[in-house]
Amino acid sequence: MPSLIAGAGKVNDFVVKFANVNGTGSASANSLLMKAIFRMGVPVTGKNYFPSNIQGLPTWYEIRVTRDAYAARATTVDIMVAMNAETYSKDVRELSSGGYLIYDSTWPRSSLLQRGDITVIPVPLAKLVNENFDGVRNRILLKNIAYAGVLAALIDVDLEVINTLLGESYGKKPKLLESNTRALRLGYDYVKEHLPSPLPLRVEHMDKTRGHIMIDGNTAAGLGCVYAGATVGAWYPITPSTSLMDAFKGFCERYRVDADTGERNFAILQAEDELAAVGMVLGASWNGARAFTPTSGPGISLMNEFVGLAYYAEVPCVIFDVQRVGPSTGMPTRTQQSDILLCAYASHGDTRHVLLFPANPEECFYMAVQAFDIAERLQTPVFVLSDLDIGMNDWMCPDLKWDDAYRPDRGKMLSAEELKSLEKFYRYVDRDDDAIPYRTLPGTSPKGAYFTRGSGHNQYGAYTEDSTEYQLVLDRLKRKFAGAPKYLPKPVSSATSGNEVGIVSVGSCDGAIREALDVLGRQKIPVDYLRVRAFPFNNDVEAFLKAHSTIFVVEQNRDAQLKSLLTLETAVEKSKLHSILSYSGLPMSAQPIVDGIRAKLEEAPRLSAVPRK
Amino acid sequence: MSYINKPKVAHPSLPTNDLGMTRRQYEGSMSTLCAGCGHDSVTAAVVEACWGLSMQPEQLVKLSGIGCSSKTTAYFVSGSHGFNAVHGRMPSIASGANAANRGLTYVGVSGDGDSLSIGIGQLVHVIRRNVNMLYLIENNGVYGLTKGQFSASADIGTKAKRGEVNSSPPIDPVLLALTLGATFVARSFSGDKAQLVPLIQAGLRHNGFALIDVLSPCVTFNDHEGSTKSYTFTREHYHAAVEADFVPRQQEIAVDYPAGESIPVNLHDGSRVVLRKLDPTYDPTDRAAAYHYIETKLKQNEYVTGLIHIDESAATEFHTVNRTAAAPLNSIPYEKLSPGRAALDKLMGRYR
Repeated sequence: MPSLIAGAGKVNDFVVKFANVNGTGSASANSLLMKAIFRMGVPVTGKNYFPSNIQGLPTWYEIRVTRDAYAARATTVDIMVAMNAETYSKDVRELSSGGYLIYDSTWPRSSLLQRGDITVIPVPLAKLVNENFDGVRNRILLKNIAYAGVLAALIDVDLEVINTLLGESYGKKPKLLESNTRALRLGYDYVKEHLPSPLPLRVEHMDKTRGHIMIDGNTAAGLGCVYAGATVGAWYPITPSTSLMDAFKGFCERYRVDADTGERNFAILQAEDELAAVGMVLGASWNGARAFTPTSGPGISLMNEFVGLAYYAEVPCVIFDVQRVGPSTGMPTRTQQSDILLCAYASHGDTRHVLLFPANPEECFYMAVQAFDIAERLQTPVFVLSDLDIGMNDWMCPDLKWDDAYRPDRGKMLSAEELKSLEKFYRYVDRDDDAIPYRTLPGTSPKGAYFTRGSGHNQYGAYTEDSTEYQLVLDRLKRKFAGAPKYLPKPVSSATSGNEVGIVSVGSCDGAIREALDVLGRQKIPVDYLRVRAFPFNNDVEAFLKAHSTIFVVEQNRDAQLKSLLTLETAVEKSKLHSILSYSGLPMSAQPIVDGIRAKLEEAPRLSAVPRK
Repeated sequence: MSYINKPKVAHPSLPTNDLGMTRRQYEGSMSTLCAGCGHDSVTAAVVEACWGLSMQPEQLVKLSGIGCSSKTTAYFVSGSHGFNAVHGRMPSIASGANAANRGLTYVGVSGDGDSLSIGIGQLVHVIRRNVNMLYLIENNGVYGLTKGQFSASADIGTKAKRGEVNSSPPIDPVLLALTLGATFVARSFSGDKAQLVPLIQAGLRHNGFALIDVLSPCVTFNDHEGSTKSYTFTREHYHAAVEADFVPRQQEIAVDYPAGESIPVNLHDGSRVVLRKLDPTYDPTDRAAAYHYIETKLKQNEYVTGLIHIDESAATEFHTVNRTAAAPLNSIPYEKLSPGRAALDKLMGRYR
């Protein structure tokens, strides 16, 4: 049936949300659709809102078709695929005015029709599937593919592309390929026969995804660890970091197993807890392997004791913190940036740590590699602060690139040969006046032997309780930290317009901020933007703070942790900083940023973004 | 180990091992423990064992947690790297270090507080993981550095120095290790060097996790009348059921053992242990029987010592299970570890 609705509608710019029950296999149908749109050259983002549960609880998946390639969550829902009876009423409410509701009309639900400002599209999905397929589980799974077919017809997704994708997935399983193709067709044909299609919200071929991939941050970070030359991974399973180690393992099995002997050039230790996981990383790093552990907030809490030892005894260590909602167990399957202060000052005593803040999966890959170089160069723990949104959602990113000329920076590590030329080796003496001492590996030579300890030690590595000797080491550690920024990724800044108003932010807020800047720009409110990518802060951060009189600090936690860190670790005047916070557990969207900035500027009109002379 | 600073010059008549090294060259810094501490005797036994094995000092890695016992890794083999971890967490450092380089020899020294209270989780799992290392528990039933509180190995009815009587049941590391399937479990006494040295040598050469629970009296807080971890009590109640003779690689078994009472066991590196059964009813190769025997004797207030259980045939050692490359992971050149640009370019296809 041809479309009855006139006008071009919202081509390549709308949001589809799928409401489902978890454990029913809906994820594969959702990603099938998303990937098909991506293959049509149209930028997409996917956000998965899933429960901390295996089966039976509500779950949502959101596909944002975005011709402008915005990475953030949208706050509107144009099409709701309401497949979960339990959440029908909520899902109907959430649909934007003028939107479309697709529901399974096998069981008519008149209560659904109470909104006059939406279009309801009934499709008897269960009936269609039950008439054509046997087996309860099979029917549940294929119903998802059938609604993918419905959607494909309604929003005009290229069926050829979907069929190609199905072929790639099930090429070696002809029975599954046949049933999936048939289920897809069931939904598709039903729409074509019974409903006006396509909707004004539809997908048209573009050419904006060439040279791009769809990947999640944990996969990218796991791959980065492989390219960094990491050989030891230790971990304790915790959402949302688990898939990082899964990815590392998968890539290692592909790239690190000797084809002839089956011997593995890697070791993965599933620890008894996070205390042990980080201990294993320390042991392996101390012994000369590149080692890492992925975890999340609760794991960091447990790792604190060893992190202090690593800081004080100067043992390299890479920790990925895929942040989730706290405090305590919090909401394990929701996102937040609430471990910034925890990681910056982890452990008792005077400790400060290097933090890296990837904003997307692409940066997860490159920063994973950098993290090992920095940890070994500085001989200290390095935290990579990703989050659930980056780690577990599929993002559109430029292809990951590799330069074969790369060689790991192992830092100051003395070989047996180099030790020979030394009169005597002392572990913590600042020979180069850069606050970074030399280390040796076990097995090198008796001349390089030293005793690693978390108890008081002097620059020669010997136990001490002497105040002067203790302070000498502690002061050098402070200098080492102060000198760290030259090894760290620089902030990304757009401070060229000379505005007095600026945004400082971190990590996965980036997509929302870029979108907000476009919106504000259209409203003639130009705002500068600096994205911090590492702690300790670079001089560029200090300069940006100095150059702007009104600074919005955008972050995803309640307590304005980045703002606190800026206040503590830079010379910025506290009153210049204004927080825009999102800590709902949902990924950041552009709206609160636009609203927050507008409200503040209207409240103080003299600030309203008049470019400085 | 030594109690006093000794001159660096060695007398030419001091005996040397196959590497031409004297025992003195296997010593560490000066002990800071109390005079008469059992731990110093254990340190001396480790020195003797390493000297006897002609071990290259840099091939040994010393690991420990926190406590009096954990200090001792500084007192032997100063030519080895040492890692003094946090309290109760040495096993995780050992597991990671061993994962990174399977080519070195690892010895962990811990105490009953470090291993059986704060660190029991890590001890249990390092046994389960079967990391190739020797794990010595210097067991004295008390916390020394915090001045004499009972530890988890304190026996019911044992008296503290100030008269307090312990009423909680002890955790026996030997029974624990047997339960968990450890492939080398021994018990000894710091005062019995003849028994302890070959046990340490066999433990260092065993392919897998080797636990030796060494009763090592605390002279300051637990060596009084009424203590079950005193020198006097130990001498009266600790008896060997099976002794182990260590026979280095490429050396003939020189002793003529009576048939039926000795069991030769080949170790991974070609050396051997000959088990001499002092109690003919005892079978150290049968784990269940060993457990039953130890427990029965404990009920009679008898503590069985010696190489209580050994299983050299088990293929559960961490790297064996993991199928890790024979070369240490930390020695594999980067070129072999990175899949390279072409592989990455190809991989990108999976994400389109």
